[in-house]
Amino acid sequence: MAPDTLAAPPPAHDTATTPPGPAISLVDVVKDYGGDRKGAANGAAVRGVDLDIGEGEFFSLLGPSGCGKTTTLRMIAGFEEPTGGRILLHGRDMVGVPPDQRDVNLVFQSYALFPHLSVADNVAFGLRRHRVPKGEIHDRVDRMLHTVELADKADRRPRQLSGGQQQRVALARALVNRPRALLLDEPLGALDLKLRQSMQLELKRIQREVGITFVYVTHDQAEALTMSDRIAVMNGGLVEQVGPPREVYERPATAFVAGFIGTSNVLSGRLADSGTGSGAEAGARTGVLDLGDGQQVVLPLPEGAAAGSPVEVTVRPEKITLGAAPPTGRVSRIRGTVEEVVYLGTSSSYAVRTATGTELTVFQPNDGTAALTPGRGDTVWLTWATAHSYPLAPAPAPAPAPGPDAPAPR
Amino acid sequence: MSRPPARRARRRPVAALAPYLMVLPGWLWLAAFFVAPVLVMLSLSLQTGDFIDGFRQTFHVGTYGDALATYHTQLVRSLLYGGAATVCCLLIGYPVAYWIAFRAGRHKSVYLFLLLLPFFVSFVIRTQSWNVVLADNGVVLGPLKHLGLLPGDFHVLATPYAVIGGLAYNFLPFMVLPVYVALERVDPRLLEAAADLYAGRAATFGRVVLPLSLPGVFAGVLLTFVPASADYVNAAILGGPSTTMIGNIIQTEYFTNLDYPGAAALSFLLMGTLLIAVFLYARALGTEDVLEVAAR
Ligand SMILES: Nc1ncnc2c1ncn2[C@@H]1O[C@H](COP(=O)(O)OP(=O)(O)O)[C@@H](O)[C@H]1O
Ligand SMILES: [Mg+2]
Repeated sequence: MAPDTLAAPPPAHDTATTPPGPAISLVDVVKDYGGDRKGAANGAAVRGVDLDIGEGEFFSLLGPSGCGKTTTLRMIAGFEEPTGGRILLHGRDMVGVPPDQRDVNLVFQSYALFPHLSVADNVAFGLRRHRVPKGEIHDRVDRMLHTVELADKADRRPRQLSGGQQQRVALARALVNRPRALLLDEPLGALDLKLRQSMQLELKRIQREVGITFVYVTHDQAEALTMSDRIAVMNGGLVEQVGPPREVYERPATAFVAGFIGTSNVLSGRLADSGTGSGAEAGARTGVLDLGDGQQVVLPLPEGAAAGSPVEVTVRPEKITLGAAPPTGRVSRIRGTVEEVVYLGTSSSYAVRTATGTELTVFQPNDGTAALTPGRGDTVWLTWATAHSYPLAPAPAPAPAPGPDAPAPR
Repeated sequence: MSRPPARRARRRPVAALAPYLMVLPGWLWLAAFFVAPVLVMLSLSLQTGDFIDGFRQTFHVGTYGDALATYHTQLVRSLLYGGAATVCCLLIGYPVAYWIAFRAGRHKSVYLFLLLLPFFVSFVIRTQSWNVVLADNGVVLGPLKHLGLLPGDFHVLATPYAVIGGLAYNFLPFMVLPVYVALERVDPRLLEAAADLYAGRAATFGRVVLPLSLPGVFAGVLLTFVPASADYVNAAILGGPSTTMIGNIIQTEYFTNLDYPGAAALSFLLMGTLLIAVFLYARALGTEDVLEVAAR
């Protein structure tokens, strides 16, 4: 296998020089499948998405089922026309350009391999349509089949392969064309857990090798976190947050993101004072949520927050430590009762019910560093560093507003 | 603990027989309605005698040679007409099936029903109505001749065109339905995948849709060719003396000439010819690939 040849720039059927700027841009993209059925006026599938996806980036669209991920991907591939907004591929406006003339390839969730063609013929399909010389087709198909470790299966029919092998054929069939970007719609969704995990590593390796842009759709947050350079978290046809995995995980921008990615604890209340953070976090302005009875949450002050304004704060379970006595000073402290202890091997998970009725989840490592390992029914104090309190942005309007030029629903 | 093995041993013969018992009704059916009549016919074809004095089993094989020598023209003509009608059915039926499968949208079942609607009328009456339509001074040719657009002696009936056209008309659904079923089974995602891999409309059809529909075409050709070649109604109603098919000869031998051995021998000749034709066709086109896709 020769990674250097795989990474060769795409043939010159597109602009020869790589234009500066993002590989894929979505500008206020809207897709409304239309009210061909009455009552379908409950909003569009995609309600105004702005994305800039960089050259060579592994970019994930993450969100629950029905949030518009597939629709977004199919608009980039050209199978759906956006109702509004613009899609730019390497700076070129793609409106009205059919899929067979776009320099991107889609890996279908169901693979959509041609059942009447051998593995090699499946992989060669795109090259033949581009009238690549026979010898070159042979070489490239051969090399690609080696890359996905299916060289010995070249003459098989797709039906004679396992799910994981079919998945790799689908990948090879798209990659062999050296598209500027590869679009993948839940490509591992049909595989069992073990195979999925090994394919995740495999996909990542191949992406590094060929060095092209991957747009990866998944509803599996763990998959998105482990594979992506950046993640766009989608909900209800909107992008709620875009950022690297660590940022999206540790500093979720909205309550939805916090809840969708990992386990998260959300506390809400009103800002008691907007005093200066003269304490531990010198320099940063901090605020306090007073939960009464000596309990409080200290948080970095959100911009423009005034005393008395309502805020929601999230904190990740592994950032919380448990103690027997309330910590002193300007730190977060909440009292609660342990309701459940789950041993997870390297860590333990505690479900703690606070005095205000909120259930919080706490992870503590089982490596002996934990100050306290309480049992069920014990009263404990929860504390965490101010930097781990993340104020959430107010949720975007959940009710789908009709587009500005859309006729009002009767 | 010695009992269960004993019981199992007793049960085993029944269990082993079960599959055979289950297909028994099928075998009985075949024996009663196919094997027995064929044997009776075979025996009949080897008898000699005449209707008045009765037929006697003499194992006279010569009837076959005589029948072939006398009627080989009609036998060959039957295959030609059947083949021509099949080609017509394919040329008309494939686009029809394609259109219903991919373009008819929500109204697919309506169009399929319309396709089958003529079946609610008797085969003979449907064919007879073409006789009326195409009559020498009928609703079509009459006015055209009256206006001087066609010569007075122009006719369609009693020509090969009329017979082949009638066969194509009558057997069209046998082509359309299997092709439609094959096309209907083509996953629309495959069409998108082809488009994604730079195939335009023509390449998508030629490289994906057509190969995947071949099993349907294969079945449709068989279902059309065999009954069309053996048909006698169309030649009897729409044809003339020069378009006689082997089916008409057999019918005449049986019901007019009362030459039972001759008619039986001709029936076997027709059956043998069709089997050979179908076998050659299957050898040429029914490759493993076609059947493999069909079995998917
Ligand atoms: N072809 C279509 N016609 C009408 N509505 C559709 C179509 N495809 C998707 N939708 C709707 O658009 C929304 C988003 O769907 P989709 O993009 O498939 O979500 P996801 O891939 O995130 O699960 C869903 O509510 C779905 O019902
Ligand atoms: Mg989807």
